[in-house]
Amino acid sequence: MTTRVGVVTFPGSLDDRDAQRAVRLAGAEPVALWHRDKDLHQVDAVVLPGGFSYGDYLRAGAISRFSPVMQTIIEQAKLGMPVLGICNGFQVLTESHLLPGAMLRNNHLHFICREQKLRVENAGTAWTSDYQAGQEIYIPLKNMDGRYTADARTIDELEAEGRVVFRYLASGPGEVGNPNGSLNDIAGICNAAGNVVGLMPHPEHAVEPLVGTGGTDGLGFFTSVLKQLVNT
Amino acid sequence: MARVVVDVMLKPEILDPQGQAVQRALPRLGFDGIADVRQGKRFELELEGPVDDAALARIREAAETFLANTVIEDFTVRIEEEAK
Repeated sequence: MTTRVGVVTFPGSLDDRDAQRAVRLAGAEPVALWHRDKDLHQVDAVVLPGGFSYGDYLRAGAISRFSPVMQTIIEQAKLGMPVLGICNGFQVLTESHLLPGAMLRNNHLHFICREQKLRVENAGTAWTSDYQAGQEIYIPLKNMDGRYTADARTIDELEAEGRVVFRYLASGPGEVGNPNGSLNDIAGICNAAGNVVGLMPHPEHAVEPLVGTGGTDGLGFFTSVLKQLVNT
Repeated sequence: MARVVVDVMLKPEILDPQGQAVQRALPRLGFDGIADVRQGKRFELELEGPVDDAALARIREAAETFLANTVIEDFTVRIEEEAK
């Protein structure tokens, strides 16, 4: 049986097609999910893609969180279904309280678009098992509201439990690694169970040598979840 | 119709680069003497019915779950007197 990975389309989603393509390249079957449809159509995992859902009105991800499809995803995520939130999807996950903390406007107030070096801090999540802990990867980053924040207790908890999954790194001497003022250089985190992962950079844009910057470091997200689903 | 105003502000400990950008622009425009600026959001809610305790409680709930993200923002709820 083919593994089915759902990709949600909200009004204003931009990277849903790229995420579907990444799922297909990893060997799973992408399933388009519509924000107004509560039914997850028997998918085994869900990707919340990047973009500007509902125009980022109110706060990024704040309105999407109340969409019908999210009600089912929140339920299923709590039961262990793997969910990956990329960029705007990460913002939806924090607004849904599936992940702690919140995202703020970049500290320099500019939209940022660049290839970003990251360190995989936790290779034990549903979406990172194909990486090695400590592995350095390059993933495109493009956002306006990427500054991760949380209260000091939450940050301590995330650090102590190994739930900081990705950290921003400088790509060379003299470079600034942290692109937006994120606390502790946090680029991505996971929930306690490790099935829900959110990050600001876009792994679905780094899956083919032919397009983008030509890196394929992002493919591992999708092969990781496929492997986990096949093994269970 | 009764109006209830919900003001949402970033918590004091949260860096507000938008407010800082406004503050830095002010002296360039000749508006001196402003030491700090914080930028927030104001929601004006027009109620269909009267502003009673039940209505205010519902609005506080809406503010807490939706209008504000209490991880990063504080909010206040107040009734605005009707203009005569």
